[in-house]
Amino acid sequence: MGILNLIIRRSSQTGLVRLPTGSFTLDPTGRIVASTLPRSFPLARVRQIGALVLSTFQLAREARIPLTELIADYAALRLTARELRGGAIIFLAPRSLGPK
Amino acid sequence: MNRNMSSRHKILLLDDDKDLLELYREMLARLPSRPEIHTATSGARAIALLESEVFSLLISDLNMPKMDGLQVLTIVRRKFPQLRTAVMTSVVDAQFRTRAYAMGIDLFLEKPNTSQEISFFLDCIESLLGREMDAGGFRGMQSKSLVDIIQLECLSQSSSVLKVTNGPFSGRIWFINGDVIDAETQDLKGEPAFRKILSWKTGNFEILPADQERNRTIFNSYQGLLLESAQALDEAKTRQQGVGSTPETDGTDAPAAESRLAPLTRFNGVEFVMTIRASDPKCDSWGTENPEQISEWVRQTMQRFRALGDGLQAGELNQLEGLGPQCHVALVSKADSDLCVGFHRSLSQDLVRATMAEISEKWES
Repeated sequence: MGILNLIIRRSSQTGLVRLPTGSFTLDPTGRIVASTLPRSFPLARVRQIGALVLSTFQLAREARIPLTELIADYAALRLTARELRGGAIIFLAPRSLGPK
Repeated sequence: MNRNMSSRHKILLLDDDKDLLELYREMLARLPSRPEIHTATSGARAIALLESEVFSLLISDLNMPKMDGLQVLTIVRRKFPQLRTAVMTSVVDAQFRTRAYAMGIDLFLEKPNTSQEISFFLDCIESLLGREMDAGGFRGMQSKSLVDIIQLECLSQSSSVLKVTNGPFSGRIWFINGDVIDAETQDLKGEPAFRKILSWKTGNFEILPADQERNRTIFNSYQGLLLESAQALDEAKTRQQGVGSTPETDGTDAPAAESRLAPLTRFNGVEFVMTIRASDPKCDSWGTENPEQISEWVRQTMQRFRALGDGLQAGELNQLEGLGPQCHVALVSKADSDLCVGFHRSLSQDLVRATMAEISEKWES
């Protein structure tokens, strides 16, 4: 069964990045002051999320619809952000396919 | 794509392992439909091939260097929404399965390890190739309507839970020994929920294990339920055709925009509504004094959160909600349009979500 060995030989080790479960807190300048996210999740992504959330709150204020909470519902992830005196606390929770 | 005109399906196989590609090429070439097999060892090459030729199916690995499978699927979903996609991987992690399905794939298969699994894999691919794209129906059983699927469960006296998703909406129908005993979607339960789910024309479904503990709220026979639902749908369609026959004026004039948005404003707690098209700098709005500012915020926010979702490979952005001291907002997208609804600040988040689900359903219809 050389064919099967060829298929099996590939390791299931993966370089794919899992969506993290956890939260992080930003100060008003966008600096990460606390995080419970796993280290495997790239810091650049955390910063990108933080910057997007802070600027969304800022632009909402400018559009005269100030917001204190944002919830982005993706098919595989829920992102919840709460405004904290100019900064924010952001929660990330991946979704699963199974029964809720 | 007309299958009568092109006799052979074309499959594009994407994997960074050349030996495996050769192996799969040989296996797939022996399928009864004799598909034409093309291969690519990188995501970039696969996308280039998809741009140059029409394929019936893309089968992609997940774990690849440079551009991984999820990244490829993100691009493919945007550029080739009609293309059938399957993932075949050795990554056995439920989260990646969820994310791949969230990106709209048709099949998620683990790389076959035994001759039985190989046979199963080939059967799945052959079955996938046999489905016509333009037939509508539900993913996982393309040629069947939801009514067919329900009848199938009832006739086979199944005990199961049918989970149906339709864009941002999700519903469940409970079966015990072939009887429909309960249904639930959004804030509806029982027969109203059943009728609502049946009004969905397309989507995904999953058969989940039976829930014997579920309380029975539906006592009508399944034939009665289906008949009543069909009547309700017919009546709704007739009413809609009556409304649709009203002539519309120029799209840029405000009264016409207000009349287009009027059906979306008749929900409790709605303070303003606006729709924004990507191709049009203007927006249709109702109930707001500063539509330009808000529409610009909506445009930017949706664009940036969609890009974030693509970057994270988290699937489609179903909805964005914002809660504030002056008002709450909820944003959804459809094709190239965004819908933004402002709600009174006294509404709870659950109520905002439930109302927005109804509004966006009306908008999408």
